[in-house]
Amino acid sequence: MRPCSVFALSLLLGACAPAAEEGEARSGGDTTVFDITRNAYGLSARNLTFDERSTFLVGNSFFNDNWVTAPASTTSRDGLGPVFNARSCSGCHDRDGRGRPPEGDEEMLSMLLRVSIPGEGPHGGPAPVPGYGLQLQPRAIRDVSPEVRTRVAWETVEGAYADGEPYALRRPIIHIEEAAFGPLPDALLVSPRVAPPVYGLGLLEAIPEETLLALADPDDADGDGVSGRVNRVWDAARGEAVLGRFGWKANEPNLSQQNQGAFLGDIGVTSPLFPDPECADGQAACAAAPSGGEPELTPDIVAFVDFYVSTLAVPARRDVEDPSVLRGKALFLAAGCGGCHVPRLETGEHPIEALAHQTIRPFTDLLLHDMGEGLADGRPDFEASGTEWRTPPLWGIGLLPVVNGHTLLLHDGRARGFAEAVLWHGGEAEAARESFRAMSADERADLVRFLESL
Amino acid sequence: MKRLTWLGAVLALAGCDGGGDLSAEAAPVLETYANIVHASYEDSLSTAQALDGQLDALVADPTEGSLGDARTAWLAARSPYGQTEVYRFYGGPIEQGDPEREGALNAWPMDESVIDYVFDPVMGTVVSGGIVNDPSVTLDQASLEAANGVGGEENVTTGYHAIEFLLWGQDNPATSGPGERPATDFSEAENADRRGQYLQVTSDILLEDLGELVADWAPGSEDNYRAGFVSGDARDGLRAMLIGMGSLSGAELAGERMNVAFMTMDQEDEHSCFSDNTHNDILENARGIRNVYLGRYARVDGSVVEGASLSDLVAARDPDLDATMRAQLDASLAAAEAIPAPFDEAITGAGRDQVQAAIDALRAQTTTIVEIGALFELELNLEE
Repeated sequence: MRPCSVFALSLLLGACAPAAEEGEARSGGDTTVFDITRNAYGLSARNLTFDERSTFLVGNSFFNDNWVTAPASTTSRDGLGPVFNARSCSGCHDRDGRGRPPEGDEEMLSMLLRVSIPGEGPHGGPAPVPGYGLQLQPRAIRDVSPEVRTRVAWETVEGAYADGEPYALRRPIIHIEEAAFGPLPDALLVSPRVAPPVYGLGLLEAIPEETLLALADPDDADGDGVSGRVNRVWDAARGEAVLGRFGWKANEPNLSQQNQGAFLGDIGVTSPLFPDPECADGQAACAAAPSGGEPELTPDIVAFVDFYVSTLAVPARRDVEDPSVLRGKALFLAAGCGGCHVPRLETGEHPIEALAHQTIRPFTDLLLHDMGEGLADGRPDFEASGTEWRTPPLWGIGLLPVVNGHTLLLHDGRARGFAEAVLWHGGEAEAARESFRAMSADERADLVRFLESL
Repeated sequence: MKRLTWLGAVLALAGCDGGGDLSAEAAPVLETYANIVHASYEDSLSTAQALDGQLDALVADPTEGSLGDARTAWLAARSPYGQTEVYRFYGGPIEQGDPEREGALNAWPMDESVIDYVFDPVMGTVVSGGIVNDPSVTLDQASLEAANGVGGEENVTTGYHAIEFLLWGQDNPATSGPGERPATDFSEAENADRRGQYLQVTSDILLEDLGELVADWAPGSEDNYRAGFVSGDARDGLRAMLIGMGSLSGAELAGERMNVAFMTMDQEDEHSCFSDNTHNDILENARGIRNVYLGRYARVDGSVVEGASLSDLVAARDPDLDATMRAQLDASLAAAEAIPAPFDEAITGAGRDQVQAAIDALRAQTTTIVEIGALFELELNLEE
């Protein structure tokens, strides 16, 4: 981690009477929406024009409404599957928020399994599993077999804070059953991932590449134990490897590719960028199913959805002047959390004017960090190793219980609340986690209060 | 949040203390609102019961005549229901239940081929499939509700539009006019009996959901949703009314239901595509918004439910704002009435100006609804 301003900042905060920074509540700059209802993640950037709001709502329609089996009278909306994880974007990104692992006997819905076999696949990405591809789809249209059934069990991991207070974490055990297209290989690599929230993504896209490269410190030249690397991933439109920005492993280069990839992999809907159905070799009924158009997603609908996903507003923070929140912020920074969860960045140019040149508070560096064996999925994704994850943004996270009715965090939703999420941090974040573990109960409560204010 | 209670909604909305004056003034307004909601769900139920009777008659004696009668009954049932959609968007009874009642009643788009045969325009052939043509599926309420769960989320195989699909059939984009399902689909076609059964079971589910909504809003109960609504914080009640009005007016009606079809010019991107009744859906939605503001609902039997209104409350504080709101509600209703039927031809042809005018009118009134919220110190984040 090159910028050393974190410690300077925390000293500064310690010296002055605690106060919020100017504009600190506006996490998304001028896009910020002040809303604390269950719609808080689903509103448009407040600085859009009247015409842009209209475009936003068209995109909203294709994000929220179900796709149906082809052929159907609603020709713009058919082409579901043949195999799929969900019927709509909002099926997983519920109210534009965060997915969760299944409870009890539930099937996975807003969570999916990426799979691969050891080695490199096309363009340096993961190697597809013969008969299944890179993602398992546990659902299918009528007359087509789903690929698998999935189930999650949990095991308990016990520990204690430095003051002796015990805690119990849980770790998922993934079960894959009823594999329909031949046995899965013994060397199967599995990465469970819940659907991340989708607000503020256009702002993240607008962060200049130079900013991210400046934050990176791949060889830990400054010796602080935190490296931070960019992923280099395949840009299907440009036909070259570029900086990765989106996804749990920064494995997607831009929002349009992210969206079209999700339409194909998650819903089974083909698009200009990915025109071939998601039927792995040997899935004959899948390949023979009627198409909803070639491709099923027209370029104009892609543009509407891209605009929508780019312009979902980030909700404003609450209680920024609350003394407990301010103490928690100082503790967050002093523990080094802000080294990766970078509090403040500036956006650069962007085709959507509302997103350009904004001061934003995303609490991410969009870089890959080794998070240790405890969180590792063991499945490399382009240049991300099996222990590396992209720093997820924390903005808006305090409204998760209001919008999505849970506080299940991390890539597989194992953490039941903020404290557990912090306690799972390892690898480069081990020192930060140990700082948290060493805090008093009051300090830990303040830190959590700060996270709840985001 | 699907099982949101009124108390839960109140907490989620984080209302502030309304102050004594407003509470006293608003109480009868909330009472009128609850009366209107109850009456319009009662009308939705009674017209759905009439439809149910016509479906039974169709199944008993399938002719073009009995099919026509069933279609007429479906269209009649849609009018009161369309006026109830303004009661969505604030976590009320219509958005509760498992599966969520709104989805079960009114899901769109339909997964047609999961229900019955469809025509494949690419291959030029009929694809025989769906639950109707799969005798291994028992046709009862439990199995249809389970089939809705395939995919693990919203309903795609029940509700008004499922009945519409079974009564009219697909609206083939290549031809104008509504779907042309023949009555022989219920008499001599393959699986005709199962098609009839499907209709009847879907109708039963519809009646059950509507019956629950009537009960949730019925007067005289101490512990139903209505009881909590009318005795709750006045400003939370007003907020719910305004959020329903503004969300339906802007994001849902002007945006989702009209502008999407207008901008994509996809003929079948309309909610009642099988029957070509979308122009009436739009009109009844617009009427429902006006009902809530004016505190006045004209029942299907011609009688009127009315009382102290939101309009009265606004007029007492800002007569100009009230006049603007009422003028805009009249204008949006008139603009919706002016859209030439059918909607799928209006968006591509001579009716585009009228569709645009109605969209503009609905967006304009949404801005005023936000201003009314501000009058009561309620910040409403609505999409216009």
